[in-house]
Amino acid sequence: MTPALIDADRSSSRRRLTELRRPPVWVAAVIAVAVAAWVLFLADGTPAGAAVDDPGKFLVTVLDGVTFAGLLFVAASGFTLIFGLMRTVNMAHGSLFLLAAYVAIRVQEAMVGRSRNIDPADVGLLDWLVPLLAGAGVAAVLGLLIQQVFLQWNEGQEMRQTLLTLAITVVLADQMLREFGGLAQRMVWPGAVTHFFSVMGERYAVTRLVMLGIAVLVGVLLWLWLTRTSVGIVIRAGVDDRQMVRGLGINIRRVFALTFLVGSFLAGVGGVLGASFAGAAPGTDGSWLLNALVVVIIGGLGSLKGAAAGSLLYGTVVAFSPAYLPSQYSYYAIIMTFGLLALVLAIRPYGLFGRPA
Amino acid sequence: MNLRERLTGETLALAGLVLILVLLPSLATAFFVNFVMTQTLILGLAAATIVFLAKYGGMTSLAQLLMFGIAGFMFGNAALDGGARGLNLGWHPWAAVGFAILVTTLAAFLLGAIASRTTGIYFLMLTLVYGVIGYFVFAQIVEISGPGGITSIQRPDLLGPPVRLYYAGLLLSVVVYAGFRTIRRTAFGLALQGVRDDPIRMASLGFNVPLHRTLAFTLAGFVAGLAGLLNVWWNGQIDPASISIGPTLILLIIAVIGGISSLEGAWLGAFVYVLVFTYLRDLPFVDRIGITEARFNTVIGVIVLAIMVLSPEGLTGIVQRLRGRLRRRAATEPTASTGGSLPVHTTTQKELGGTRS
Repeated sequence: MTPALIDADRSSSRRRLTELRRPPVWVAAVIAVAVAAWVLFLADGTPAGAAVDDPGKFLVTVLDGVTFAGLLFVAASGFTLIFGLMRTVNMAHGSLFLLAAYVAIRVQEAMVGRSRNIDPADVGLLDWLVPLLAGAGVAAVLGLLIQQVFLQWNEGQEMRQTLLTLAITVVLADQMLREFGGLAQRMVWPGAVTHFFSVMGERYAVTRLVMLGIAVLVGVLLWLWLTRTSVGIVIRAGVDDRQMVRGLGINIRRVFALTFLVGSFLAGVGGVLGASFAGAAPGTDGSWLLNALVVVIIGGLGSLKGAAAGSLLYGTVVAFSPAYLPSQYSYYAIIMTFGLLALVLAIRPYGLFGRPA
Repeated sequence: MNLRERLTGETLALAGLVLILVLLPSLATAFFVNFVMTQTLILGLAAATIVFLAKYGGMTSLAQLLMFGIAGFMFGNAALDGGARGLNLGWHPWAAVGFAILVTTLAAFLLGAIASRTTGIYFLMLTLVYGVIGYFVFAQIVEISGPGGITSIQRPDLLGPPVRLYYAGLLLSVVVYAGFRTIRRTAFGLALQGVRDDPIRMASLGFNVPLHRTLAFTLAGFVAGLAGLLNVWWNGQIDPASISIGPTLILLIIAVIGGISSLEGAWLGAFVYVLVFTYLRDLPFVDRIGITEARFNTVIGVIVLAIMVLSPEGLTGIVQRLRGRLRRRAATEPTASTGGSLPVHTTTQKELGGTRS
């Protein structure tokens, strides 16, 4: 970091105050209020209707947003963990996500003994947990392999590493298409959790809450790991100053490898959750790379808090925009994602919790 | 004096190459000219915009194929009349050309302005997000992309015979190449390179850093739009899948194959790509080692992996390194080995998107 940047960091609290007076902040505030007013009172003629008229639909949409945010968090936390420590943008994250999904589906089929039309009632808890661990394990090992073979020796050359992982993405996508075929496949939730309950007259799937629960569990474990263990302390120190950690005699290469392993494992867990939630098909890797990128760009690269905040914001937008856009414009929901991105970047170019590299 | 001699030599070589390309239609088969070379020129043009941004602006953009696609879709929507696909505005072809270029340039300006405060890896991620969101916009809003793409797009009468399209591509390529080379020496180009090397210093000297980046991105978008028009005339159709994440990566890969810090490399990379794409299936041995046409992406991915591992500057980098080694051996025989590849390495660090940690 140049001295100028350090000075900029020091005066950041003052800068944050002056930032509040900048026009984009006002624009963002006005837009937020307008969107809230639209959702609460004005949204007649949308699939969900105004929130005051139909609180059940509103609550369901909120739940949709929060549970989807959980899945987003699991997928994005590994990505942001790896970047935070190593400054490596792992573009193969989406591929690891999809690979874990496919492997888990295969393992589940082998365990249940049928390859299609699996009834949730036949799926025990173990028939879901073992594939989860198998899929995530395969993703973790492959991630570690990628790091050891392709990324370890050119540390610091960010662009080269990014292009390497992009090339790996292309190869992996093609090989997965060869191995697993082009049809959409689905992981089956265990029968014990495939129920529905009622929220103000609307049916809601328990599985989505299970997904949220797993995400919260992952988040808490990650937080404990990073703040309460000695390895976590080394990782956080490495995020702040890699050279100093090296100078203290800590073998940071081993820490890098471990972080990549954990990050890839998280991608795998996300992949299995995603396969249970929405299925897996060619192209899932690209769309989940997009999801992870959007979350970390909004939240700020390398920050776990940012990943959580970004997931919540993005999940909310993804859930609300198809429900609260006028019916004939439902297809335009994707533009809302772009709007959110533009808005956040206009206020904070490095994301909500990010800082310049 | 030495530099000037080399420059004229290079210019002569390029002029000779252009002359050969002008005469090519009478030297080679129609298939080679109208299929291989026209495609090479179109893809080379698009890849050259990536190189331009990376080389002079320090921004590695993955949104160039989106600009390419926007121009194609806009032309298709504006020029067609009747039929079930697209908006069918039925304008005069050249009015449609103007419209397509205008929309593309405006989109580039808007997207560039949003991305202008990020650099390096953040810029790459953000433009990847642009590309993927753009794909979803065209895939989901079927009013502007026609269900399943816009087909039977006619070229303007002026470019009727296929060989004229080849000449149009050649003319544009020469103009764009010369233009990008000239911009390097203009006040704008110099300031842009200053922004690439040290944005903080340029800002304190009074240059508007985001504006320079935005304008560079707009110019690149404009040129990519021209290439997109040629592409849609050459193909006669365009569908959303042609701007999805796979082709987006392929375009970056083309720029990388040639060498992302050399303008000539863009066309060289496109040529290599089109050659591999066209003639891979004709090679006698490939079937036996399991590489069929369907596994084309694996081949391309492995090629890029090899290039990024061996020489991040691509094919032109390899050529330059060989040339430099020969010259050094001729000049100073004893110290040739100690010089090594150090100079090459430092330029790599700087020019590969201008990211330095």
